[in-house]
Amino acid sequence: MVTKNIMIVGVGGQGTLLTSRILGGIMTDAGYEVKLSEVHGMAQRGGSVVTYVRYGDKVAEPIVEEGQVDVLIAFERLEALRYAHFLKKDGVIIANDQRIDPMPVVMGAQEYPKDILENLQKKHKIYSIDAMAKAKELGNSRVFNNVVLGMAAKHMQFSKEEWLKIIEKTVPPKTIEINKQAFLAGYEN
Amino acid sequence: MSEKKVMLGNEAIARGAYEAGVKVSSAYPGTPSTEISENIVKYPEIYAEWAPNEAVALETAIGASISGVRAIASMKHVGVNVASDPLYSISYIGVNGGLVLVAADDPGLYSSQNEQDTRRVARAAIVPVLEPSDSQEAKDFVKEAFDISEKFDTPVIIRTTTRLAHSQTVVELNDRLEIQDKEYVRDIVKNVMMPGNAKKRHLVVEQRMKDLAEYGNTAAINRVEMGSEIGFITQGIEYQYVKEACPEASVLKLGMVNPLPEKLIRDFASKVKTLYIFEELEPVIEEQVRAWGIPCYGKDIFTIQGEYSANMIRERVLKQELAIEEPADVPARPPILCPGCPHRSTFFVLKKLGIHACGDIGCYTLGAVAPLSVIDTTVCMGASIAMLHGMEKAKGKEYIKNWVAVIGDSTFMHTGIASLENMSYNQSTGTVIIMDNSTTGMTGHQDHAATGKTLMGETVPAISIYHMCKAMNIEHVVEVDAFDTKEMERVIKEETKRDALSVIIACAPCALLKGQKFPYRVREISEKCKKCGACLKPGCPAITKNPDGTVHVDVTMCNGCGLCTQLCHFGALEKYEKEAK
Repeated sequence: MVTKNIMIVGVGGQGTLLTSRILGGIMTDAGYEVKLSEVHGMAQRGGSVVTYVRYGDKVAEPIVEEGQVDVLIAFERLEALRYAHFLKKDGVIIANDQRIDPMPVVMGAQEYPKDILENLQKKHKIYSIDAMAKAKELGNSRVFNNVVLGMAAKHMQFSKEEWLKIIEKTVPPKTIEINKQAFLAGYEN
Repeated sequence: MSEKKVMLGNEAIARGAYEAGVKVSSAYPGTPSTEISENIVKYPEIYAEWAPNEAVALETAIGASISGVRAIASMKHVGVNVASDPLYSISYIGVNGGLVLVAADDPGLYSSQNEQDTRRVARAAIVPVLEPSDSQEAKDFVKEAFDISEKFDTPVIIRTTTRLAHSQTVVELNDRLEIQDKEYVRDIVKNVMMPGNAKKRHLVVEQRMKDLAEYGNTAAINRVEMGSEIGFITQGIEYQYVKEACPEASVLKLGMVNPLPEKLIRDFASKVKTLYIFEELEPVIEEQVRAWGIPCYGKDIFTIQGEYSANMIRERVLKQELAIEEPADVPARPPILCPGCPHRSTFFVLKKLGIHACGDIGCYTLGAVAPLSVIDTTVCMGASIAMLHGMEKAKGKEYIKNWVAVIGDSTFMHTGIASLENMSYNQSTGTVIIMDNSTTGMTGHQDHAATGKTLMGETVPAISIYHMCKAMNIEHVVEVDAFDTKEMERVIKEETKRDALSVIIACAPCALLKGQKFPYRVREISEKCKKCGACLKPGCPAITKNPDGTVHVDVTMCNGCGLCTQLCHFGALEKYEKEAK
């Protein structure tokens, strides 16, 4: 199998690492070689964060470079735009329709770009969801990342059952049920 | 046992330490090395601790080694500078039980103050270096390093980089080796480094490096993969970029990057048409290869700064035109202090008073950037206090009345103590603010001697920073709640005015600290908002401006610290109990 490249982008603190762990888990269980690369440390403090996930029969580098991403999972609109040039021609964007102002915008030094998703749609295949709203409906805003993952899952070859199994294995035991519900909310959206 | 697991590079190093039969591990946290200790502690067979700094960590491992067991110390690259004093001399002494130092470099500066290359340090200290290329090798090389350490009577450095440390790849697990403790034998010629002994040991060390270089010519850790006429000499994570971009190329993959195997390199160079040295950061291999008179490409086409990539090879070696789109021109998203961070509150008061700060290493380094813009300098761990002292000695006590030193609790315990001792001893009058958030924040919440908890989870008596300052004959030591801006302002004014050394301990736990409860949230009462922007000044990411100029509090981000409510004069921001709503 040709190596598939996934990139998860978001704002430090949004929980991108959990998503990459679930992705890494499902791919390993399916027998692929998997490599993930994460960002720890200072950049995690509210900065723009990137996680790479690659899987296939044989994977060399653990990062994904510009022009190579099959699925770009963006937890925030501006971050989707920032990394859109990493997409392959036929790559897809899964975007959480949420806005988090970066400091230059909060301070009024720069403006938050308008109509990000609409503009991205002109060039890329994009699926978006207000995952935060869905997660709040379920009663826990913190599981929004599994709503986003649910949407992204439709663009990968694993079955719903495989996804639910790996979520069960990866998230803390007390939160299995709500995380599964969150995933399904995205998957069946 | 042949279980396979996807592991972080750092997790794999910890596993390697376990499998290699390590008994003692000491470290100070520092990105990208922290997770090594956090994983080692999961193996009850190993005694694991956080030391106050890297010198103590290495010296602890040295003591364990001399006593006869395998020991490991881990740290980030700049931590090796702190540990360099013991490192340079243990190189002369050698080991009894195997001794490994893991040094994690940070090409691309994800979380560091410089981009130094540990291979340079190792050459200066005359110590061999192994560098793995993925998590499997990270684990295997730890075992290899201990074997080399004991066989050649030398400490061994394992060098990693951020990309390796924080990438997850598959690792095959093995059982722990049962390593018999060695007997301690008194040998003062070898173990007591005074001039007469050290002269003899220096010659031993130089011969040892020659023997290691010879070993490297044939050891399996250095591997030749013959392919096309294009040849790469590479190492570490860079090897993966070569395989990604140019799988057909010939590769000399060096697992031991110091000393370099001359015969092997000459032989490889003679078999390829064009030779590229593909190494991030310093041209360590390249300089040696050029010194041997072997023509090659290196830093003339690849960068000295930052991380490498497969695309770098595609463009600069294979001359491929890459159809890469220009990135969109969007607002940057730099890291910021978290909502509810107690540092924000202290910085806000300093900013209001127009006070400059000598800063230090930690999350609070972010106090240098807008909108807080309080910190003027950041050099290294512990420098803030000594620099304030130096300024006073240079320009006098009046000059530093609108300066303070700011330092975190963990950094104070690391190297700040000696600097404060110096201020007291040499009669400085400055003001030091210890921003005590009860943890090592930036690296992800590690304990230290003043938190009262050990890495292995024991509760121990916490060393009191307050009493330590008092024991240094500092009369004015004041503890202030970091979120009480009025009191903080009063105390800072009073202490900076004073013609005597004072320490302000700004207390409030890190907002992300485990077990922290946030009973409050803040909400806006839009009708009362006068659009003055006072609440936006400290730069809390939970508060944003609406199109009409009023403000909005994002309740999913707010931790209810209430700093903003202290700044609003119109009652437009209201603290409420979360449960009550």
